[in-house]
Amino acid sequence: MTERARRARQRAGRTQAGHGGPAALAARLAAICGTGAVITDPMELRTYECDGLTAHRSCPGLVVLPQTAAEVAAVVRACADAGIPFVARGSGTGLSGGALPRADGVLIVTSRMRRILHIDPASRRAVVEPGVPNLAVSKAAAPYGLFYAPDPSSQQVCSVGGNVAENSGGAHCLKHGFTVHHVTGLEVVTPDGELTWLGDGTGTAPGYDLVGAFIGSEGTLGIVTKIVVLLTPLPQAVTTLLAAFESTGQGGAAVSAIIGAGILPAAIEMMDALSIEAAEAAVACRYPEGAGAVLIVELDGPAADVAAETAAVRELAARAGAFEIREAADPAERAAIWTGRRSAFAAVGRISPAYIVQDGVVPRTALPRVLDRIGELSAEAGLRVANVFHAGDGNLHPLVLFDDASAEQSAAAERLSGAILDECIAHGGSITGEHGVGVDKSRYMPKMFGAEDLDTMQLLRCAFDPAGLCNPGKVFPTPRLCGEVPGVRRGAHPLVAAGLAEQF
Amino acid sequence: MVNEPPAPAPRVAGPVPAPVAAACRSVRPAGPADVVAGVRPSAVARPASTAEASALLRAASGLGLAVVPRGAGTKIGWGSPPARCDLVIDMTGMDQVTEHAAGDLVATVQAGASLEQLAEALGAAGQRLALDPPALPVPGDGRRTRGTVGGVLAAGTAGPLRLRYGAGRDLLIGVTFVLADGTVARSGGKVVKNVAGYDLGKLLAGSRGTLALITEATFRLHPVPAATAHVAAECASAAQACELVAAAQAASISPVAAEIAWAAGPEPVRVAFALEGDPASVAGRARELAARARASGAAEVLAGAAPRWWGAFPWDGPAGGLGAAPGREAGTLVQVAFWPGDLGLVLAEIRATAAGAGAEVAVGGSAGAGILHALVPGRVPPERAAAFVSGLRGALGRALSAPLTAAPEAGQPARGQPADGQPARGQPADGQPADGLPAHGRAGPACRASAVVLAAPPAVRELVDVFGPVPGLALMRAVKSRFDPGGILSPGRFAGGI
Repeated sequence: MTERARRARQRAGRTQAGHGGPAALAARLAAICGTGAVITDPMELRTYECDGLTAHRSCPGLVVLPQTAAEVAAVVRACADAGIPFVARGSGTGLSGGALPRADGVLIVTSRMRRILHIDPASRRAVVEPGVPNLAVSKAAAPYGLFYAPDPSSQQVCSVGGNVAENSGGAHCLKHGFTVHHVTGLEVVTPDGELTWLGDGTGTAPGYDLVGAFIGSEGTLGIVTKIVVLLTPLPQAVTTLLAAFESTGQGGAAVSAIIGAGILPAAIEMMDALSIEAAEAAVACRYPEGAGAVLIVELDGPAADVAAETAAVRELAARAGAFEIREAADPAERAAIWTGRRSAFAAVGRISPAYIVQDGVVPRTALPRVLDRIGELSAEAGLRVANVFHAGDGNLHPLVLFDDASAEQSAAAERLSGAILDECIAHGGSITGEHGVGVDKSRYMPKMFGAEDLDTMQLLRCAFDPAGLCNPGKVFPTPRLCGEVPGVRRGAHPLVAAGLAEQF
Repeated sequence: MVNEPPAPAPRVAGPVPAPVAAACRSVRPAGPADVVAGVRPSAVARPASTAEASALLRAASGLGLAVVPRGAGTKIGWGSPPARCDLVIDMTGMDQVTEHAAGDLVATVQAGASLEQLAEALGAAGQRLALDPPALPVPGDGRRTRGTVGGVLAAGTAGPLRLRYGAGRDLLIGVTFVLADGTVARSGGKVVKNVAGYDLGKLLAGSRGTLALITEATFRLHPVPAATAHVAAECASAAQACELVAAAQAASISPVAAEIAWAAGPEPVRVAFALEGDPASVAGRARELAARARASGAAEVLAGAAPRWWGAFPWDGPAGGLGAAPGREAGTLVQVAFWPGDLGLVLAEIRATAAGAGAEVAVGGSAGAGILHALVPGRVPPERAAAFVSGLRGALGRALSAPLTAAPEAGQPARGQPADGQPARGQPADGQPADGLPAHGRAGPACRASAVVLAAPPAVRELVDVFGPVPGLALMRAVKSRFDPGGILSPGRFAGGI
């Protein structure tokens, strides 16, 4: 634990002692949500100590599982009244510790709010509760010839509410966009416990675009309780191509040629030799033997366009050096091609005791240089790096392989993973393309943004959450004290007085 | 959340206060052409850089001067008149395309560059910003322009392509801006996929200059399609037009735009669609769409170039047409946003409300995307135009505020519109039987439509609330008071008096 974390925990401990802590809220929350909806048993609480990023753990003070928006509002109001921080959690699949609980706080889990409330095929919209799994929306929309476009790889499990918090993308966001392009209205509980709508579902509501500002705010501006999502007509045709190359350099050249030809595939994914090896070991995906890189290109749209683009992509890939190109003729073959890609993260567990999943972005044209640099960094650190990435939008997922039994290797892996992010920033990219900042990357925010940028972002946070109780400690490296009147500070801030925060 | 009204600030004594003159090389006293919705500023400053814009705002906030940013000025009259206006910041001095990374399909451009300038720069590489708001006349000038990058973003205007590509907020991936106190900040970046930090570009898009001065924007670009075709048809009734708009959005046709136009007066209701992609495919899809249109009974089905009225506001041009007619671009222009499945209902309410108010109305817009523009011509008496606006809000409120029902059964009539006002019923997420949870609350927002006045003659504006009901207004006031605590940026121009 770092010195900072130790101090934070000490402060939290004091606070807890000061006002009774989250445990003191158990009775009030049980009165709101029912006794079965409040978890206080330490063993059960342990279930919620981390999200998909297991490196960060913290047992919540209390867990509550509300079933309605009104219950969420009442729970938040209870927390706000008591000055107790709260964290929202959907399915807990996040990869940046955005739903990491606080020992001094309440964890509000939306997994019991999983109803699809309304489907309007004529308007191509649905209204869903936050705990609805992403894929369930597409399943419910399928009878109308529609689907929900954002498709994070955890889509069977991850919740739409969590997608809103993280502005989730997925392999197909290259063409279809992110959550923010597919959500037009939100019912939210504000950090002071008010239930309100942002937007009206049209996508063009009068006033500021608070829907757009809220999406991707990682649970720091409030808790979403209903979501109006856009549904997209299922494409007339889909083609999936698998092209095998000798090197990622050749694969990258093919990607540039495809984009340069004015083709916008639904997805372009690349895997390097090591990630292919891992995938073969795990799921026997039977990619072409001897491939130094494979490219998966998926094209969708009107049948004639897809046919023309498929022919063009085949030719461009062959010209870039593809030694084998496979084309999925049916959904089963498509699934077979995707199996290797979808299993890549978990598969790496077969060839290494431990690994870090990184998520960085570079301008697509910088991919070859950055991949070379990752190779150098990997050699310098003496650690293997498997590269799996969304090549179309320059979103890298380097998997740093290490032995967690060795403290030395663990530290080296952490350094290597960080050095890769430094490369992304140096090339004008981003420290996260889809996994979010959470607790994991808040320390990198000052490398990507200046102090003024971060302070300005925090103005938005202060507008929504002046008391700083809503998922505190995430996204931003340092808390900002909001002050009661903008621009004017009077006396000690209540959080300072309570020992919850320091004045910077 | 505290939102104390800003203290009254001193007006500018002389034409150009010294700190303002010192902050920017190009400052001049304001003239009659610089009037903002009837309010005359004292000075106009034209910064050449973000640094100069920052110095200007620092000076202005030090003096408590109210500031209104301006691009080409095509929409400067929109919104409510400013409560105060001392200084206009003319952004046309910052008109450079800073960077065009063609291989990455990304461009960074200064806020004062026009969309036409940007299109020219990008076109050389076969790329475009897929944003096509209507071209509007520049005040006191014969020119027309779609506007500057900053103006289009701040006003939130878009055109037919919004159906496929969204509005400015959807294409903006990074933004540099100056806060009221001169702080220069940015959010987003130069890569399309990026979730680091809050996306303040979303907040600034459509904020009408009330939160910050946008100085530079980075956009995601798209390739210019290999082929584009339009299919236009004249329908004998609104119902026929609505059917065609719905049918055209089949996956086999996939239009990038679905527009409608209905001049003041009787039918026809015109519809038109844009198709983009592979040349052979576009030709085939155009044929299929034209055949569908003819089969639905539409007359004058034409495939080829865009119709004359494409992408324009429904100004009441010559002969009751819908093209832009110079000098006739007056009247009350209302933007109606709704869920696209309600197109027929909204069209009917617009026409019925206008008839009830004794006003003519022309309607046009992105029918497929749920955006219509209703124009009450300038010759209609102001009280009737105002009665149309408030009447329309009332009608939409009555028709589109009922709670939503659960999903209709597949194969049932597609529209899940509540007939009996039943409360929302839970549809289990994974096809399991209902879990017995009590139905509660409303499933949707208070009203699934809005009517916002974009442009209006002063006499109409005095009689109506420009923005109407706004969901989440309390939070918007809180945001405004954090970003602009002194209330100097376009005060009073926005929703709820922000």
